Amino acid sequence: MATTTAESASTAPLQAAAHGDRDSRSLVFLGLLWGSLAFGIFALGVLLVNTFIEGSGRLDLMLFVNYTSQLFPGKAGARAAILGSLMVIVVTALLAVPLGVAAASYLEEFASRENRFARFVELNVQNLAAVPAIIYGMLAAGLAVTVGLPRNTVLVGAIALALLILPVIIVSTREALRAVPREIRQGSLALGATPMQTLTRQTLPAAIPGIATGTILALSRAMGEAAPLLLLGGLVFVTYDPNGLLSGFTTMPIQIFDWAGRSQIAFRELAAAASMVLLVLVLAMNAVAIIIRNKFTTSR
Amino acid sequence: MKIQRFGQVAAAALAGSLALAACGGQQSTPSGSGSGSGAALTGSIVSDGSSTVGPLTSAAAELFMTENSGVKISVGTSGTGGGFKKFCAGQSGMSNASRPIKDEEKELCAKNGVEFQEIIVANDALTVVVNKENTFLTCLTVDELKKLWEPGATGKVTTWDQVNAKFPAEPIKLYGPGTDSGTFDYFTKEINGEEGASRTDYSPSEDDNVIVQGVSGDKNALGYFGFTYFEENVDKLKAVAVDGGGGCVVPSSDAARDGSYKPLARPLFVYVAKKEWAKPEFKAFVNFYIDNQAKIAEAARYIPLSGEQEKTAKSEIASLG
Repeated sequence: MATTTAESASTAPLQAAAHGDRDSRSLVFLGLLWGSLAFGIFALGVLLVNTFIEGSGRLDLMLFVNYTSQLFPGKAGARAAILGSLMVIVVTALLAVPLGVAAASYLEEFASRENRFARFVELNVQNLAAVPAIIYGMLAAGLAVTVGLPRNTVLVGAIALALLILPVIIVSTREALRAVPREIRQGSLALGATPMQTLTRQTLPAAIPGIATGTILALSRAMGEAAPLLLLGGLVFVTYDPNGLLSGFTTMPIQIFDWAGRSQIAFRELAAAASMVLLVLVLAMNAVAIIIRNKFTTSR
Repeated sequence: MKIQRFGQVAAAALAGSLALAACGGQQSTPSGSGSGSGAALTGSIVSDGSSTVGPLTSAAAELFMTENSGVKISVGTSGTGGGFKKFCAGQSGMSNASRPIKDEEKELCAKNGVEFQEIIVANDALTVVVNKENTFLTCLTVDELKKLWEPGATGKVTTWDQVNAKFPAEPIKLYGPGTDSGTFDYFTKEINGEEGASRTDYSPSEDDNVIVQGVSGDKNALGYFGFTYFEENVDKLKAVAVDGGGGCVVPSSDAARDGSYKPLARPLFVYVAKKEWAKPEFKAFVNFYIDNQAKIAEAARYIPLSGEQEKTAKSEIASLG
């Protein structure tokens, strides 16, 4: 949500430049904008092509069904990492989405503007969205030590990632709720529904496209995150499937990080191939977000 | 009122997920008694620590698990210090270390009641290599290496006579590992005195082959990498003897093992918690590690233990009972 508003804001002066004042300065500015866009896309393209060329030799079935191997990098795979990533993301979503949506609903629908506590929470949520990822890793590590949980487990990893994306989910959910017309709430309340019924039956359903988009984008960010998990002592050699909340695990970014630092070429090819898989996974998640948004927007 | 009910739902959901977590916890405890002969070993072993020793323990784990598929061994690479922190907090049963444990780490272990035993598992050595046709570079002191590689040398030390007035005024061309590697960390710490501090105008490569090609193609080039890789390319390159204060020592497996090749050789250790020793799968794995150390070291490209070192390792294991 935040990005779409930013886009619409930034396209306004562009259009003005295209239609109205075509003086030299605005043309130079337009050129600079296009230049930076082209540079960004060019750099991304080079990176992608480079990774694909390096990894294409290892984009095979073994990458998906085999575990990592120290002795035979040519046959090693990212099975534990792929399953670990999926499992951690599911647990992260289970932790972060209900909490995030509930918090946003409270702040947006129930808390009054004068409520000091609500304003305090609001201020902190805004600030937390900008905190570096590794800080959340430290937070989760501290939490795990206090509670007495082993740090490198699915649950603690998911808690770190959930904390990381919680502010993003809260902010995007609030944006989505704010976009729901006031009349819908007023109509519901006028017909005798309680504020809670209004929220669960009218406001939240109407806000689903925005909430889903924000949430999935946040989850795909969590998917590519390595820093907080590395801090928790991310395992780099795991040859079993994660099978519970307290199971040890590795994720794609951790595995790629480990492979990329090895001296044998075979490991770096693996890293490139696994990067492509991660990229496809994240793109697929983003595509789902777009589909959900389009589906709900047209059906209304 | 309504919000309260919502809160109850959220609390119930949280309690549910915690209950799930408790169920998941049971899998991590070993279920095999292992008392009977030939009984399949099961359980899990968590090893963390040095990223240098990590590949070694991973190789050991992989070989061990081909015979004992019921044992789950995982390896993390938090670094030697990070590994000890977890080990002394009782969060890992085995800590990989590229240096002996420090006193403050011992205190931390003692404070948390973690008793441990050090076991030597392999030797690590770095080799400084030059072109075969190079005649003036036969031995370098640590000071000369520092002059050559310290951060301040960037852009300034460009000809060999700046390193030592006896050397010719030929241009310097340097090759080394990339900053991600444990080799880089080790070399910069021992030579420049600070881990990660290095001149930046050299050709870095994570691929040791690039270093071999670069140095073998330029008469005035110098590079460094792991000793075992030099052994594989001994026909293409020349090793430079290093003077760590006690005279020039040519790198060799023996010199690395007996400690005379200073400061670019070091023993590698694993630290095991005595508490874990009661578990049969843990005991079996540590014994396997030392019994197959030569094969494991070769697979991870380190120098295997000497006969004497192996005896030390065995007696270290024996002291665990």
